[in-house]
Amino acid sequence: MADLSLGHFVVLGGVLFALGLFCVLTRRNAIGILMGIELVLNSANINYVAFARYNQAGYDGQVFAIFVIMLAAAEAAIGLAIVLGIYQRFETIDVEATDRLRQ
Amino acid sequence: MTAAPYVALIPLLPLAGATVLGLAGAPLQRRVGKTLLGWLACGTVAASFVLAVAAFLQLTTLEPEHRLLLAQLLPWIHVGTLSVDITFAVDPLSVVMILVVTGIGGLIHLYAVGYMHDDAAFWRFFAYLNLFTFAMLTLVLADNLLLMFVGWEGVGFCSWGLIGFWHKELANTRAGNKAFIVNRVGDFGFVLGVFLLFWSLDAHGHGTLVFRELAKDAHLLAGDTQWGIPVATLVTLLFFVGATGKSAQIPLYVWLPDAMAGPTPVSALIHAATMVTAGVYMIGRLSFLFAMAPATLAVVAVIGAATAVLAATIALAQNDIKRVLAYSTVSQLGYMFVAMGVGAYAAGIFHLMTHAFFKACLFLGSGSVIHAMGGEQDMRKMGGLREKLPATSTTFIVAALAIAGVPPLAGFFSKDEILWQAFRSPYGSVMLWAVGVAVAGLTAFYMFRQVFMVFFGPCHADHETAHHLHESPPVMTVPLWILMGGSVLAGLLGIPHLFLPFEEWLEPVMRAHAAAILPEPSVGVELTLMLGSVLVAATGIGLAYVIYYRRRIDPAVFGRFLGGVPYRVVLNKYYVDELYDLLFVRGVLLVCRLAAWFDQNVIDGLVNLSAAIVRAWAWVSGRFDAYVVDGAVNALADGAQFVGRRVRNLQSGAINAYLYVVLLGVLGGVLLYWSLVSAS
Repeated sequence: MADLSLGHFVVLGGVLFALGLFCVLTRRNAIGILMGIELVLNSANINYVAFARYNQAGYDGQVFAIFVIMLAAAEAAIGLAIVLGIYQRFETIDVEATDRLRQ
Repeated sequence: MTAAPYVALIPLLPLAGATVLGLAGAPLQRRVGKTLLGWLACGTVAASFVLAVAAFLQLTTLEPEHRLLLAQLLPWIHVGTLSVDITFAVDPLSVVMILVVTGIGGLIHLYAVGYMHDDAAFWRFFAYLNLFTFAMLTLVLADNLLLMFVGWEGVGFCSWGLIGFWHKELANTRAGNKAFIVNRVGDFGFVLGVFLLFWSLDAHGHGTLVFRELAKDAHLLAGDTQWGIPVATLVTLLFFVGATGKSAQIPLYVWLPDAMAGPTPVSALIHAATMVTAGVYMIGRLSFLFAMAPATLAVVAVIGAATAVLAATIALAQNDIKRVLAYSTVSQLGYMFVAMGVGAYAAGIFHLMTHAFFKACLFLGSGSVIHAMGGEQDMRKMGGLREKLPATSTTFIVAALAIAGVPPLAGFFSKDEILWQAFRSPYGSVMLWAVGVAVAGLTAFYMFRQVFMVFFGPCHADHETAHHLHESPPVMTVPLWILMGGSVLAGLLGIPHLFLPFEEWLEPVMRAHAAAILPEPSVGVELTLMLGSVLVAATGIGLAYVIYYRRRIDPAVFGRFLGGVPYRVVLNKYYVDELYDLLFVRGVLLVCRLAAWFDQNVIDGLVNLSAAIVRAWAWVSGRFDAYVVDGAVNALADGAQFVGRRVRNLQSGAINAYLYVVLLGVLGGVLLYWSLVSAS
């Protein structure tokens, strides 16, 4: 464990954030976008936990990470429900095809 | 003066009858039948007659100076100095009138029950007849001029309704309208007279319209003048204009002959016995005023004499049985005005009463003839009706003798009294007397021309009519007999020192106003004059006998006399109707047409112009609204739409695009932060 420094975790978080962001921006599939958002959220979790561990700042970071996981779960559930709704209405989940709120 | 509230019932009973008949007549007639309605109508008048007799008897028990019964019914108008109540007064003059109106009127009601029996509007006829009786009684019983005027107008209205009773024929309604309109001219004079009288008396602080007080205060007017004319003369002339309207004198007599369009009982009641005497009665009632105006008296006498001659000559040439009687009525009314004009008021009222008897008898007799002839009124188609109509012809001939002035019948006494007064009164003259005698001759002639044409000689009716000739039922002949009895006996009232001398009876009302008594000319003069007039009457009858019964002289000779001009003039009633048509009717119609033209072209033009202006303005403001106001609103909306179209492209709905923008924003924000941090 001694080999791993805070820098490693920050880089990992940054890479993960970049991948997530890339996924969100480039995907046309709504589920893909949701997956990208999960990656972005988890990269933020890694940063929370890493900074909390290396700065000896108690457990605030970990608690926040748990909140974010819970939020991500809720977001995934609602997001998927919306995607289902969109599919029932438009019979597609391509976000470029569904650019209107009404049919 | 004695209070006698029952007097108020005399006019109110017929009013009650008229109200019941007028409001509920049609359903009543269907339920209970015509006979009962007829009895109702007769009953009210008969009851009034009984009350009138009671009033008369009560008057006779009083001292001559105090013969006045008052029935104060209601307070009426109290404005400023004007104070008028609905009060009925019975004095020796009005009691004569109410006895005539209810007595003869009642008989005519009875007669009409038979005469009108087949008419569908039986109830309406009797409603009018009762209403007329009420109005006439109000006229004679009124104790003031205003209430008298109510009756005055009331009889005019009922006359209109009854002349035009058979209103499905245009000629009848036209005759009704003519009567009403001509009467209105006279009524206008009456009203002006009332105004002027009140106004002049009010200036002396004695403004009143009550007859008793007028009689007391009239002397105040003695010195007054208006426009240089004595007020008394002006007032009496205005009243006389009213009298000429109601009593059918020149120049307003033209309505009376046309009024024969009404059913015959109406002619008898209204246009012989009662309504047309209203003018004579009014002058008698206001005799104290007329006595103050010798100029008016002269006018009254001259107009009366002229009317008597004019109408008598017209009557000579008429062939309609009722028209002869109508002109005879006008002529006899002229007699009454002569009497009034020479200040012999009592003689005038006396003739009014006797005339009511024999003229009603004549009219009802003619009605009986018309009834028998199936509606035929042309005397040339009659003749020889003596055997078929014994009762009618007997009564008719006696009444004709009475009007011709044959002694000892009623007409002789009353007519002779007038002629005598015309001769000897200070206001009279030999001229008036001579005219009166001539008219008496003419009267005898045309009456017996009628008698001979209708009742004697060969029958000219066609076979169908002749076959149906029949005497009228008793309900019609009984009144004839009673009226004949009146025509025979009424004259006896005028004989001095007998039962109830007429002149003496009226004295309390007219005492001071009758012409000043001159030294009596000898009885010989009076007898000579009397004999003269009887001879003239006999000559008239004799001439009629020779011409129309014996046929010794062909009547056509008169038609050819002087190239036929006099005959044609008389036959056409002196072209007075044509003259009035030319002078007044055409003029009025011309004014009407001018007014109509003015209305159509000028007034309507102005209205149309203003409408056009409004429309033009509306058009302009409409355009303004459409282009300026709406334009501004539309421009605003268009602007908003334009901006919206442009802006909505930003809202593409493509999530990726939004996210790019968000990323760019975040990056931009971070860079900005950094640059700011490094700069500080």
